[in-house]
Amino acid sequence: MPRTLTAFAMSILLLLSGCGYNTMQTNDEQVKASWAEVLNQYQRRADLVPNLVNVVKAEANFEQETLSQVVEARAKATSIQATPELVNNPEAFAQFQQAQGNLGGALSRLLMVTENYPNLRANQAFRDLQAQLEGTENRITVARKRYIDSVQEYNITVRTFPNNLTAMVMGYQPKASFTVENEAAISKPPTVDFGTSGK
Amino acid sequence: MRIVQAILFFCFALLPFGTGFAQQNIPKLSAQVVDTTGALSTGFTAQLTQQLQTFEAQKGSQVAVLIIQTTQPETIEQYGIRLADSWKIGRKKVDDGAILILALQDRTLRIEVGYGLEGALNDATSKRIIDEHIFPQLRAGKVEAGIQAGVDQITRVIDGEALPPPPVSSKPGGEYSIGNSEGIAVFLFTVAVAIGQAIRKAVGKLAAVLISAVAAGGIAGLLMGLLPALFVGVVVGLFVLGGGQAGRFPGGIGGYSRRGGGFGGSGGFGGSGGFGGGGGGFGGGGASGRW
Repeated sequence: MPRTLTAFAMSILLLLSGCGYNTMQTNDEQVKASWAEVLNQYQRRADLVPNLVNVVKAEANFEQETLSQVVEARAKATSIQATPELVNNPEAFAQFQQAQGNLGGALSRLLMVTENYPNLRANQAFRDLQAQLEGTENRITVARKRYIDSVQEYNITVRTFPNNLTAMVMGYQPKASFTVENEAAISKPPTVDFGTSGK
Repeated sequence: MRIVQAILFFCFALLPFGTGFAQQNIPKLSAQVVDTTGALSTGFTAQLTQQLQTFEAQKGSQVAVLIIQTTQPETIEQYGIRLADSWKIGRKKVDDGAILILALQDRTLRIEVGYGLEGALNDATSKRIIDEHIFPQLRAGKVEAGIQAGVDQITRVIDGEALPPPPVSSKPGGEYSIGNSEGIAVFLFTVAVAIGQAIRKAVGKLAAVLISAVAAGGIAGLLMGLLPALFVGVVVGLFVLGGGQAGRFPGGIGGYSRRGGGFGGSGGFGGSGGFGGGGGGFGGGGASGRW
């Protein structure tokens, strides 16, 4: 009898660590943390936009269309409720990704257009904002890469044997990851305009 | 046979695409100033290294400088974060490291800023240092003067930031960590079972099982909560119950305690004497530019 009991106790211990349950928990938390960082950086960008818009607005006769596109894209991006559960829903995830991608595109167009306004480029407030925006874009890139890495690790854990059995029982699904946002745009050659002042 | 050969050939043909990901290597962090191009004079390198050592001793923050020819095919931002993740400049948890990267051939420059310095050395400030202090020198062809100006500005900005004081022993790196919690748990578990078996010899089976289960469960309850407490109590009880038959388990349990004995060896220090990153974290903050 004692032997059976001991074997039982040992197998409980072994089961808990051997079937990847703990790894799954660790990876799941890692994904959550890196996703939170992605959201954090997107939020930071969204917070910078109103300041940028105000500074640019002060510049007389600035192209209104580019500006309103940025405002619109920001409104759309912030209207999506970005919850931690978003990563488990591929459609909502894709929608969120697209909205953020549009905002990024509109912002880079705006910055490109500002090259034609020397007054604006000489404005220290604008230059600081531009530096912050560039830094934030870079942070977004880093956060997204780390998220992709953590999702990859998690998905591998969940899909490989014997962990996939545990995942099935416990209801752990593979998670959605980022893809290239603008596949169409990347495959198009860039247009070069030599008429304006260089960066 | 032909087909096998063809498949093998195909696999080998594809091999370079899998492994040969063309990225610039990250140079080894040998000192605060790493110059792979030979653009800096030894005198300047020594003096700058000295300055950064003194700064670390006084303020605790680590600042490093890297001069390379090119970051191609990556951008300096992509290269910079790889570098930062590899070097781990700055103290652990404080994350107060900064790296000044110059790619001479690309004419690009970046200040990579650790999490803990993003408040003082924020993107706008970094950009101003680059535009107003470093680039004018570089554009005049004065690489050393540009780097000196950049380092002076960076350290001045960090100096104005309230950070934890440097450790008394001037070693770079963070605090001691006593193993990991898993190691402690295994160690405690082993001790609990061993004590339980000792009691068992003294007072008999059932009483020993009860005593050790309740005691271990109680301790676990204090540390972790009700549910783990129940679990630990039951498991320890079962082990004590099963462990009686003259040395059936000491072997296995001895194995555990060897693992549990690995305490204190996991401090995150670089080799003493040399320079090493303290474990600082980076998230892509900073600024870059092209001169």
